[in-house]
Amino acid sequence: MAAHLSSGRVNLTALREAGRRELREFLDKCAGSKAIVWDEDLTGPFGLIAQYSLLKEHEVEKMFTLKPGRLPQADVKNIIFFVRPKLELMDIITDNVLREDRGRSPQRDFHILFVPRRSLLCEQWLKEQGVLGSFIHREQYSLDLIPFDGDLLSMESESAFKECYLESDQTSLYHAAKGLMTLQALYGTIPQIFGKGECARHVANMMIRMKREFPGSQNSIFPIFDTLLLLDRNVDLLTPLATQLTYEGLIDEIYGIQNTYVKLPPEKFAPKKQGEGGKDLPTEPKKLQLNSAEELYAEIRDKNFNAVGSVLSKKAKIISAAFEERHHAKTVGEIKQFVSQLPHMQAARSSLANHTSIAELIKDITTSEDFFDNLTVEQEFMSGIDTDKVNNYIEDCIAQKHPLIKILRLVSLQSVCNSGLKQKVLDHYKREILQTYGYEHILTLNNLEKAGLLKPQTSGRNNYPTIRKTLRLWMDDVNEQNPNDISYVYSGYAPLSVRLAQLLARPGWRSIEEVLKMLPGPHFEERQQLPTGLQKKRQHGENRVTLVFFLGGVTYAEIAALRFLSQMEDGGTEYVIATTKLINGTSWLKSLMEKLEPAPF
Amino acid sequence: MSRARADEEEYWHSSKFRAFTFDDEDDELSQLKESKRAVNSLRDIVDDDDDDDLERVSWSGEPVGSISWSIKETASSSTSSLEGRDSSLQKGSSSYAAFPKQVSSYSLSSLFKGELCLSLSALLDTGVKNYTPELRRPKAEYKDYSSDWSPKDTVRRMQRGKVCSLERFRSLQDKLVLLDEAVAGHDGNVITAVLIFLKRTLRREILFRELEVRQVALCHLIHFLKETGEQKLLLDLLRLCFFSLSVQLSQYREHLNIQDVEKRREFLKGCIGLPFSVEDTSHIQDHYTLLERQIIIEANDRHLETAGQSEIFRKYPRKASILNMPLVTTLFYSCFYHYTEAEGTFSSPTNLKKTFKIPDKQYVLTALAARAKLRAWDDVDALLTTKNWLGYTKKKAPIGFHRVVEILQRNNAPVQVLQEYVRLVEDVETRLNLATKYKCHDVVIETYRDLKDRIQLTAYKCKVERGSAEEDKINSILNNTVRN
Repeated sequence: MAAHLSSGRVNLTALREAGRRELREFLDKCAGSKAIVWDEDLTGPFGLIAQYSLLKEHEVEKMFTLKPGRLPQADVKNIIFFVRPKLELMDIITDNVLREDRGRSPQRDFHILFVPRRSLLCEQWLKEQGVLGSFIHREQYSLDLIPFDGDLLSMESESAFKECYLESDQTSLYHAAKGLMTLQALYGTIPQIFGKGECARHVANMMIRMKREFPGSQNSIFPIFDTLLLLDRNVDLLTPLATQLTYEGLIDEIYGIQNTYVKLPPEKFAPKKQGEGGKDLPTEPKKLQLNSAEELYAEIRDKNFNAVGSVLSKKAKIISAAFEERHHAKTVGEIKQFVSQLPHMQAARSSLANHTSIAELIKDITTSEDFFDNLTVEQEFMSGIDTDKVNNYIEDCIAQKHPLIKILRLVSLQSVCNSGLKQKVLDHYKREILQTYGYEHILTLNNLEKAGLLKPQTSGRNNYPTIRKTLRLWMDDVNEQNPNDISYVYSGYAPLSVRLAQLLARPGWRSIEEVLKMLPGPHFEERQQLPTGLQKKRQHGENRVTLVFFLGGVTYAEIAALRFLSQMEDGGTEYVIATTKLINGTSWLKSLMEKLEPAPF
Repeated sequence: MSRARADEEEYWHSSKFRAFTFDDEDDELSQLKESKRAVNSLRDIVDDDDDDDLERVSWSGEPVGSISWSIKETASSSTSSLEGRDSSLQKGSSSYAAFPKQVSSYSLSSLFKGELCLSLSALLDTGVKNYTPELRRPKAEYKDYSSDWSPKDTVRRMQRGKVCSLERFRSLQDKLVLLDEAVAGHDGNVITAVLIFLKRTLRREILFRELEVRQVALCHLIHFLKETGEQKLLLDLLRLCFFSLSVQLSQYREHLNIQDVEKRREFLKGCIGLPFSVEDTSHIQDHYTLLERQIIIEANDRHLETAGQSEIFRKYPRKASILNMPLVTTLFYSCFYHYTEAEGTFSSPTNLKKTFKIPDKQYVLTALAARAKLRAWDDVDALLTTKNWLGYTKKKAPIGFHRVVEILQRNNAPVQVLQEYVRLVEDVETRLNLATKYKCHDVVIETYRDLKDRIQLTAYKCKVERGSAEEDKINSILNNTVRN
């Protein structure tokens, strides 16, 4: 199931394997048959670590979702709760335990596995309810960094950005540092650490301290990563606000990818045969897993959407030609060979059918007038046109009551591309938004202001043009079909974050000192000493491996841009990407909005 | 991959772990359906090409063998009757809806939720005496509570999930060192634990004073008080530390939790006096004024509606109450139901426009939409007509006539009405496009005439009905030009 994890330069199967081992060890502690009660939000991330077959091998016979009331009947010796350390979940567990029939025999034993860590407060809470003593094992399972693909790790910590910047709660950074320690235990100490931003500085400090405090952690593994680059999301607030234009990026923008799965409207995936359940089919979304295990997907996901169609039609020709082969197969040997290839061909065909359908769905949207208008305004802002006055299109969208999140995305983009808006312009937008969508949204506007997304221009100077020119963020001659620069992922805009990574590798950050000073937070370099035996002697022509850790989230388009750099012939650097959460502009802004009660209609 | 699949298959076929065991023998049909589904989803493993339309709603598409899929399967096999299962599933799903969907469970912000009443004095007071006999720990663990850990070590131990007694930290200085250590560790779990200890053992004034210079810790405490619902302490704290925008607005935020409109209004009134920034204050003042208005309008209109006297309410019954709606929605409502009222009444559109300084553009847009919906074309005309001081009238649209046409068209305005405004669209190309799109033949013909475009005009002849007045018009223009 996890072959795609070992396809990259760094074999991430090892990380997954470590996770599985820890899980097995815990399960074996609870001897005998067991049932697992799941916190529903954990099943997605856990699914990337283990399938049911692993649990089954360790005598897990039943699985339930956590809900109040009496636990279902199940003749098992152990009941294990897999939960996040949240107090409201503790209440449900308490309810479950208190309602357990004491008279039943044999008695069932209770255990708790906290993910990713035990919490003093939760245990105290259970104690006050008088149920703490019912649990035989209370353990933690540190699921910090979850392998998503051969070159991609995520903590899936949705609110990390909000917590760091709005609530001054840096717990997620602590977990990021712990995750990096785990990585170093498996893949060797990373000799060089670079970083930009306040959070990056904190994480680096914590890593260095953790290393000092656990001298035992000095390992003798030959380092696989050469460099770690820690980047704060608030160093580059611009990139996630723009609409991603890669295939995978657009799927995420439009349908949202969760734990590598996407749910799609079923109409385009109509069954070829009429089944019994055919009637209710259109109400059920089609769910697909998206990762590099699927050959075709690996090939097209990072392409600009405008280049996807031609690849799909080329593939279609190849596949139908392959199926035509059967007419030419004369001898038994030839037929046998054809048949042996059949499963592979069928898989390729269904994969092609799926992606053709998805591409059609996306095309319906990208060819719409509104998508075009929206993109035009975004591109104007990013290339520096008219960022200092009220934009007509945005005003029209407000007047027509387009979704608030779309408005916020555009206004924030304009603000970021102008190093803050003129007070008059900002006030105008604010008033229009509050009058049209409701005054309570003042809370959300304030959150955005605090995060630096929507703010008045304080310095009186717009630094963005300098940053744009120095880092070449806007490229007029973009090639979407055969790209020669990372700007293809946004059809003209080169993501700032990835530009920083690119310039770090060559010629080094010293060349852009001035611009680095304009971006928020410190930039720094740290070295971790390696024992002499482990110091790397680079083979000629061997690529360096850099781990880029995005603190506060990363978009699929940025991942695509880094993959593009990895594949450049003379690039010299291969990238592995880690993040607190895979985001897009919409999901990101949603996490920053005040949760308001739904309107009565 | 294939091995794993074979395993799964074997698993589902083997009798020991039967996927479906239905005790309810009577319900053969549902049993049949269930096993059919099971078989179908099994076929999925064998043949990817197969339809998976028979999988169940909530988990559809999960690959067989994935964790969430298995939960569904094993859970259903354990309930005794079909009815029982259905209701439990329903109950389950409704209770999930209440769970916050955040994944980042472990961080502080999500640690405390809801109306729990943490008995704070007991919290973290983990001296040995508190352990009940059956919870007695092995000797080695006693060390954790008795040893003399430094503040730093204490924080490290707590970070690793070990229980530590904080009671030893008696002096204010010790306590503050402990707090600073916890903050330096960036672990919200530990910071909050220390804060709870300080909150319990320090006088409030001292705690607040120290927190003012420790903003990270202050944020954690505010968050904790918010989550645990300790309103009084929270408000005291906020009153003392007005240091950043988000904290200032925390109090305003509370209004969202008040369901009763009268109470909500009172609360908002109380917010006006708070030291917010100038712009925020004016927005909050507007919010209060708006709600006050809505309460009056709502009472009045509900009465009118139930009395059945007013024609407009009889013809177009209200879909929902106007309470807590945004300003623009309220304006639309008032343009719809109270358009002709004099400026003196609270519900009249002009009064709303004045009170809230609604820009002209916004006002025209909203009024237009409301009147067009009622097909009150005369009102539309009046709205767009201005008189200059000489008494001449002129048509003016601050939103541009192309938008006027769009709105009217959306409300199925007749061609006669539409074309009057299409004619006023300034940009020739837009005008032609709109006129062609909405079949305003006269406008198209006149525009081509003014452009002296014979070719287009001739071509347009086929778009109008044969023998119609429009065709005559085209012909006469074409002939005219010939003569010229």
